[in-house]
Amino acid sequence: MVLIEIRNVTKRFGDFIAVDNVSIEIKAGEFFTILGPSGCGKTTLLRMIAGFDAPDSGQILLEGKDIIDVPPEKRPFHTVFQSYALFPHMTVADNIGFPLKMAGKARHEIMTLVTKALEEVELSQFGNRYPHELSGGQKQRVAFARGLINQPRLLLLDEPLGALDEKLRENMQRELINLQAEAGVTFIYITHAQNEALALSHRIAIMNRGKIEQVDEPARIYNFPMNRFVADFIGKINMLDASVIEVSTFHLKLRVAGLGEITVPAKACIKINDQGVLAVRPEQIRIAPETSEIHSELQFMGKIKGFFYIGDVTTYNIELPNNTWIEALLPNSEPGHAKLFDIGDTVVVSWQEQSAQFLPN
Amino acid sequence: MQRRMTTLWIVSILIYAFLYIPLIVVVVFSFNNSKLNAEWVGFTLHWYQTLFHNHEMLLAARNSLIIAISASTLATLLGTMAGLAIHRYKLKVLPILAFTPVAMPEILLGVSLLLFFLQVLNMTLGMFSIIIAHTTFCIGFVAIIVRARLQGMDDLIFEAARDLGATPWQTFYHVTLPLIRPAIIAGALMSFTLSIDDFVITFFTKGVGEPILPIQIYTMIKVAITPEVNAVSTLLMLLTLTLIIVATRFDTSVLRSESK
Repeated sequence: MVLIEIRNVTKRFGDFIAVDNVSIEIKAGEFFTILGPSGCGKTTLLRMIAGFDAPDSGQILLEGKDIIDVPPEKRPFHTVFQSYALFPHMTVADNIGFPLKMAGKARHEIMTLVTKALEEVELSQFGNRYPHELSGGQKQRVAFARGLINQPRLLLLDEPLGALDEKLRENMQRELINLQAEAGVTFIYITHAQNEALALSHRIAIMNRGKIEQVDEPARIYNFPMNRFVADFIGKINMLDASVIEVSTFHLKLRVAGLGEITVPAKACIKINDQGVLAVRPEQIRIAPETSEIHSELQFMGKIKGFFYIGDVTTYNIELPNNTWIEALLPNSEPGHAKLFDIGDTVVVSWQEQSAQFLPN
Repeated sequence: MQRRMTTLWIVSILIYAFLYIPLIVVVVFSFNNSKLNAEWVGFTLHWYQTLFHNHEMLLAARNSLIIAISASTLATLLGTMAGLAIHRYKLKVLPILAFTPVAMPEILLGVSLLLFFLQVLNMTLGMFSIIIAHTTFCIGFVAIIVRARLQGMDDLIFEAARDLGATPWQTFYHVTLPLIRPAIIAGALMSFTLSIDDFVITFFTKGVGEPILPIQIYTMIKVAITPEVNAVSTLLMLLTLTLIIVATRFDTSVLRSESK
């Protein structure tokens, strides 16, 4: 069931088009992430859903009804801000109880619900503290509790983990997934951190320069990026300039300068002579010592030019016969191994046909 | 290092001495048992007694209090609204409009208000015209303080309030007002102290009728600087000082709740 539909929404600030004819459907109960670099328009989009800004054109529908003219306090949505936006003059309990108080709930009812909410976020001892007496992680939990206390239809989260340090962020990510599953509330999550988006979301919309580039499940976004921007923005990817020389039902034949003809899986809407790149993720690239047996017709000789050891994996920079460099990622799964190859080694580089793809310019 | 510290101490003490010795002299001589402000003769409360039997002076004090309370109340209301508007609507002309009376030389403000009251409004000068005049120059001070308070805050909390179900009025009552309350109180106290001892603007806008405290003091010293002037000055100083201390108390509480 579609809860929120954003239909052809555009927002301009002077000459700058912040959100450019965006259409998305968000299902009830979904953890939906809008991912994009800073300045891509994702926060503007969120502010329009929350009701802080009005679109210049287009519609925002809640279960089929246009809510453009509904003020923020009348929308059954709450927002969790990156800066938490807790009320500094209210205690933690009063902060969490604020939405109930505004809804005109009785005092004792507010007390009961707030006590329960404090327990759920493990802050029972902190009800009488003020926000400035809390740590970043605690403030964050108060903001979540306040946003969920009166069961909104939708929780909007604007980079809520952005102000936390790495370790805490990972814990909060896990908590967020549980929180969303337990509350059963639809989440729209805004972030520029791709790993966060991949780990948390049911679906991701990739946004760039005010436009939606792709909406899909995390694994599909990662494995089948629609274009160069998505491929480059999500994870790392090797790109070799290529042109299409043959199109068939299941395959595309590409010409890559200096490497010859390479076959990749077919893709919709690609014609002969299209220019673009051959794209392969670093972890899909295999490297073997030059003495090893030939096991694939798709292989090249390469030279190790550098490596980058980060503990669990080592990244190798390899120079291909056409003088372009690619990256390959190898896990250090054998005990005691820091690296398998050294600078100057000649290696055999290969990848499976299905793990490469063509991305048009 | 030690020598530099000593020099610093001496310089600061000299500066404070320069600032406060004249005031201390006034206070000390208000208790002096002599008609002349020349040498210390002995302690007396005589000058305070004569002061409290001086009907003209008491009337002036009453008038000044009425003016200060009315003007500071009006200025606080309007100044708070101005401060909120300047913060909310980023119109460049708004701060200029609100803050100009603060920077304007008092004599200019006095003359222009006098001309305005007499020639444009054709009104009789008196308490009412003084209250309006004082309100005019106090609004700017209140607006500055309120706006400074708002600038130190995360604007998102006002949006958060709306987002969590508060109407614009509820947001003002439950969030904005409690947060700017220290600034409003500080602004009110500041307006009161500015109004109660204002001479120049009062002089131009008072007309001929009612006696006003600062003008009354001035009239007294035109004859001779009697210890009675010292006594009334001491009392005025006490009132102003108390209010300033209370106002700064509120100002530090502004700082305290801002630490995040």
